[in-house]
Amino acid sequence: MSIARIEVIVREGGRHVRLSGRWTLATTSQRAAGLADELSRIADPASSWDCLELEAIDSAGAILLWRAWGRALPLQLSIRPEHWRIFERIDTADHEPRAAMVPISPLRGAMIIGTAVIGIGRHLIDFVALVGQFGLNLAHVVRYPADLPRREISANLYKSGVRAMPVTALVGFLIGVVLSYLSALQLKQFGADIFIVNIIGLGLVRELGPVLVAILVAGRSGSAMTAQLGVMRVTEEIDALATMGVPQGLRLVFPKVVALTIVMPLLVLWATAIALIGGMLSAQLQLDISYGFFFQTLPRVVPASNLWIGLVKGTVFGMFVALIACHFGLRVRPNTESLSSNTTASVVSAITVVIVIDAVFAIATRHIGLPL
Amino acid sequence: MISAIMTTTPVIRIRDLCTRFGDIWIHRQLDLEIQRGELVSLVGGSGSGKTTLLRMVVGLLLPDSGSIEIFGEPLFGGGVVRERDLRQRFGVLFQQGALFSAFNVFDNIAFPLRELKRYDEDAIHDLVMLKLSMVELLPRHGKLMPAELSGGMIKRVALARALALEPELLLLDEPTAGLDPDRSDSFVRLIRMLGEELGLTVMLVTHDLDTLAALSTRVAVLAEQRILAYGTTEEIMQVDHPFIRNFFLSERSVRALQNSGLAAVL
Repeated sequence: MSIARIEVIVREGGRHVRLSGRWTLATTSQRAAGLADELSRIADPASSWDCLELEAIDSAGAILLWRAWGRALPLQLSIRPEHWRIFERIDTADHEPRAAMVPISPLRGAMIIGTAVIGIGRHLIDFVALVGQFGLNLAHVVRYPADLPRREISANLYKSGVRAMPVTALVGFLIGVVLSYLSALQLKQFGADIFIVNIIGLGLVRELGPVLVAILVAGRSGSAMTAQLGVMRVTEEIDALATMGVPQGLRLVFPKVVALTIVMPLLVLWATAIALIGGMLSAQLQLDISYGFFFQTLPRVVPASNLWIGLVKGTVFGMFVALIACHFGLRVRPNTESLSSNTTASVVSAITVVIVIDAVFAIATRHIGLPL
Repeated sequence: MISAIMTTTPVIRIRDLCTRFGDIWIHRQLDLEIQRGELVSLVGGSGSGKTTLLRMVVGLLLPDSGSIEIFGEPLFGGGVVRERDLRQRFGVLFQQGALFSAFNVFDNIAFPLRELKRYDEDAIHDLVMLKLSMVELLPRHGKLMPAELSGGMIKRVALARALALEPELLLLDEPTAGLDPDRSDSFVRLIRMLGEELGLTVMLVTHDLDTLAALSTRVAVLAEQRILAYGTTEEIMQVDHPFIRNFFLSERSVRALQNSGLAAVL
């Protein structure tokens, strides 16, 4: 393949430039900058250009020349007709009206803040509408029990409940072991060994169990729900459902929220139990506290109301994680960027909301279940 | 003249290709050669492995056995740089366009040029504007996102992107699928015009007879796991085979061929 060549013959009345070889992307792109420099050095209005020896020229090569010529055809140009077409094209493209630039407004700062505030407002309104829709669906199902989307609820129970059991168990167990181990180190110093049961019991049952499971479920099922709804929007499946007269609220959002609301307290119970076993094991190894003693003391120092608080928390967390996941899932626009940003937003918001709700619970239940 | 043709390497050379999905043979000892400057339509019933063959030619799928050479070189092996350079010599137009949904039209077309890392933004801007005008779009369309485009525009933008690196070979998967007859006609006209102007070799998969009749210099019929017949449209129509008869001589097909002036052969 012959490369792009430039020959310059200086004559009276101006330069004569003869171009030859292949002026294509493959042959010019490697040294595009060098060629552009060379061309702009020799290009002046008095030069005459001879392109008859060109073997081939494509748009990349033509643009290179066009820019050197100052975006117009030179006065003296000889070129073969088959190569002429490309310059015609460039000329047309150059004279098409430019896309109008949007001027930057002096109030840009205020506009950014305003847009953000309106955006948050929209989120809130949409979320309230989603919760309202859920309430209406619930009322509808109570009135027409036959419309209950049993299959979907069951599928969601399995996907976000049963399939989450191994990971919640593993994390719960390890947290139980770690918490027990670290507390044991401190308690040993004060000789307050038996209080390990209080610390682990209260901490896990009332606080860590529900929050831990909620965070895991938000990352696991929340993201999956958002992505699923998002892709259904991208592939127009949601529109297809709507045209079949299947209400998206009842068929897509309702089963997810119901399933997660049912399954979360169960997962909390499961994870807390495993975490307690982990703590018990660690306490036995570290502090020689027997399993029997642990079992006897636990109900005494951790009143049952703590368990109820933990389960109620789990229920509320589950409902919110699912609602937030659906909220963001239904906001996905049909492009990959929107899908990824909404999935991220879904998980981050769900975890934040879980922790905020947890704080509210902590204040609201501060007089309940603490044996002091 | 004849000796010149003999010595040029075919742009695509497929030899002894065999593909199997599970127990089902898709291709069995399939051979095909496409010479420079030809516009070859690959036709065949649905499920006959047309798209699979196209995906193998561009290196997205691997055949079970056999060889595929593009410009006389194998698709794989010889290091990352060689493989990349070879892939820059052909452009692919996917059935759904496969535009990057996170980029606008301008950035979609600019993407392959930016990946080259040899042009500054000004030159890329000029090149993209030129490509846009080649596919008969306006500069203001550059700001649109793929989600805002109509089906015909998606195809045009995808074509512009496929042409961004000045390929010698263009592969089209169902270029007119999903377009109304009007747009499909104008898109076919655009492909033919650009093909002639840029001296492209084109291989397209289609089952639209209008497209086939208007575009191709040659037709390859894929049936019974191999290339059943390969030649000009007139030659193919002489072949006596149930699939070919069915495909070309049904009432609908005759109408399409009449429109393109080929019916005289019948």
